[in-house]
Amino acid sequence: MSIVLITILTLAGLGALAAVILYLASQKFKVFEDPRIDQVEEALPAANCGGCGFPGCRAFAEALVKADDISDLNCPVGGPDVMSTVAEILGKEVGKTDPMVAVVRCNGTCEHRPRLNEYEGATSCAVAAALYGGETGCSFGCYGLGDCVEACDFEAMYMDEETGLPVIIEDNCVACGACVDACPKDIIELRKKGPKSRRIFVSCVNQDKGAVAKKACDVACIGCGKCEKVCPFDAITIENNLAYIDYDKCRLCRKCVPVCPTNAIHEINFPPPKPKPAKEEEPANTPASSN
Amino acid sequence: MLKTFSIGGIHPADRKISAEKSIEVLPLPKRVVVPVAQHIGAPAKTEVKKGDLVKAGQVIAKSGGFVSANIHSPVSGKVFKLDEVVDASGYRKPAVIIDVEGDEWEESIDRSETLKTEITLSPEEIVKKVGEMGIVGMGGATFPAHVKLAPPPGKKCKVLIINGVECEPFLTSDHRVMLEKGDELIVGIKILMKALHVDRAVIGIENNKPDAIKHLEQLTKKEQGIEVQPLKVQYPQGGEKQLIDAVTGRQVPSGKLPIEVGAVVHNVGTTLAVYEAVQKNKPLIERVVTVTGPGISKPSNFLARIGTPVSQLIEAAGGLPNNTGKVIGGGPMMGKALASLDVPVTKGSSGILVFPQEEAHRKPMENCIRCGKCVSVCPMGLEPYLLMIETEKELFDRAEGDNIMDCIECGSCSFTCPANRPLLDYIRLGKGKVGQIIRNRN
Repeated sequence: MSIVLITILTLAGLGALAAVILYLASQKFKVFEDPRIDQVEEALPAANCGGCGFPGCRAFAEALVKADDISDLNCPVGGPDVMSTVAEILGKEVGKTDPMVAVVRCNGTCEHRPRLNEYEGATSCAVAAALYGGETGCSFGCYGLGDCVEACDFEAMYMDEETGLPVIIEDNCVACGACVDACPKDIIELRKKGPKSRRIFVSCVNQDKGAVAKKACDVACIGCGKCEKVCPFDAITIENNLAYIDYDKCRLCRKCVPVCPTNAIHEINFPPPKPKPAKEEEPANTPASSN
Repeated sequence: MLKTFSIGGIHPADRKISAEKSIEVLPLPKRVVVPVAQHIGAPAKTEVKKGDLVKAGQVIAKSGGFVSANIHSPVSGKVFKLDEVVDASGYRKPAVIIDVEGDEWEESIDRSETLKTEITLSPEEIVKKVGEMGIVGMGGATFPAHVKLAPPPGKKCKVLIINGVECEPFLTSDHRVMLEKGDELIVGIKILMKALHVDRAVIGIENNKPDAIKHLEQLTKKEQGIEVQPLKVQYPQGGEKQLIDAVTGRQVPSGKLPIEVGAVVHNVGTTLAVYEAVQKNKPLIERVVTVTGPGISKPSNFLARIGTPVSQLIEAAGGLPNNTGKVIGGGPMMGKALASLDVPVTKGSSGILVFPQEEAHRKPMENCIRCGKCVSVCPMGLEPYLLMIETEKELFDRAEGDNIMDCIECGSCSFTCPANRPLLDYIRLGKGKVGQIIRNRN
């Protein structure tokens, strides 16, 4: 009988001792974690896409809690809604960010850009780009092997079988930038979504001289400079035989679109042009009034 | 038992159908396109402008640094323009385009066929001369030759190895050089030995070229310190590190240069160019190019000027067959498919191979079955299947740890893979990325 009792008491005593040691140790080595980190993380979309520039939502939550000024931090997936919730939790001011969207700056479909050779290596743009200049005469354009589609976590991209180019589904795109990083040719760019999703961009990244670019692809930017001249807002610059529209300066007047001799400048989500265009004054602020 | 290298290796069919064809001088083209970056290292800086009259052998682009090489005009004529032209990789690179007029050479160049055996230059002068004459490794890697002739301080070269292996299937340009220019080659070897202060040179030749072995053995019989080493046929024996292993039995440590084990390797083509540069004052403006392939009616070895369009060489070899599926610049294992036939012959063009449709295509890729064949054939002792996965998953730190930078891109893994996986494609990509990471770190 006494053996049973001794056993029970010994074990109970050991258990109690261990409990005391563990309690003391946990007090001594306690790591304080701001409970707001968990709250913020809860509010974030948990996509872990890295679009904010941090490795995952948890790291972004930590950064948000730590930072004094969160105005330049932004979760592109959650957008303003999520950011205002976060701001509420933290009692900080949130910056105003324009929603962005990815655009594919290449329009070299089979029709516009004839294939000169046939690639049959590994199905990866990165591999092909490390190997050679691509199937067409344009060594800047899209390889059409879909690294960007592979990289997209939001089902916002697909390859158009007919054109051989990637297409972005605007409604799904959260501007996380994964496709931008995946593209070895820097064709995809994040641009301001614009009012009513209207935007204008040069759909070409070819830096060859005009004649060479035009020979390789019908719709290449030839760097002629007509758009630069016609732009009333100095939004267009030409560098290395290639026009670029600064989306911060562009007021969406659309004057550059018709003057482009190769139709390399694309307008998206605009209504069909009227015979007489509306006034150019401040179209960016009141885009709705022009139609 | 013949010597060979100790790790891995494969045995592709050698198909040297142009081996019996002696070197033919290709007629001058009407226009040459001379890229200013024909070597590893800094591109050369153009020295001529549009409309300039140039002579063959005149410097048209000056070496852009220590690891770089001069570019000489391969023809006489008028500079048509300086422009960017599509090179073998499909990218546009700066080049000098020259319209050929006559064939007038620089007066300093000795164009006679007489053999000049007496070496008058001092070792330093030889290295300088080799640098001036724009000699680069002609086996395909195009590493400037003068850099290899100047070992870093504290390192001593003990043996000069002459690479006459030509392990790539189809190619026969080195083989023909050994047969037809044997005497010049021996003088070239002596020049290199003098420059490197070594008294031993070994010519490594695979025993699928018995005529070359016999010929050179005869020539070296009375030569002090030069020997011919027949080697067992195995690809990639022509790789620098593999050849050192085969000849000396020593392995170059990971990430180190061959000089670490006291060896310097030069290709036979380079050796001939060194002879011509030092004894005849002739810069590297022409080279032997093998034009061959299953469908080519007249497989040949041409002596072509640098800058000659590939299309002209194919024309001279009987023209492009109708069912051509692919044209490769270089050997079938390491060469690259050409994106256009307008690309010029460069200092590193050892061959042009034309393949019919049925041989031109890859088989569809399947899943890795973990058979380990790629591991067993890798001559560098790497694990290609693993390096491919690491690159695919962007685990570049692990790829670096698994020595991806040691890969010599011989293609044995892709060749042997029963699942047709593009192993080398991915490893090459991974090498590029890891190299970038290492450069950024330093």
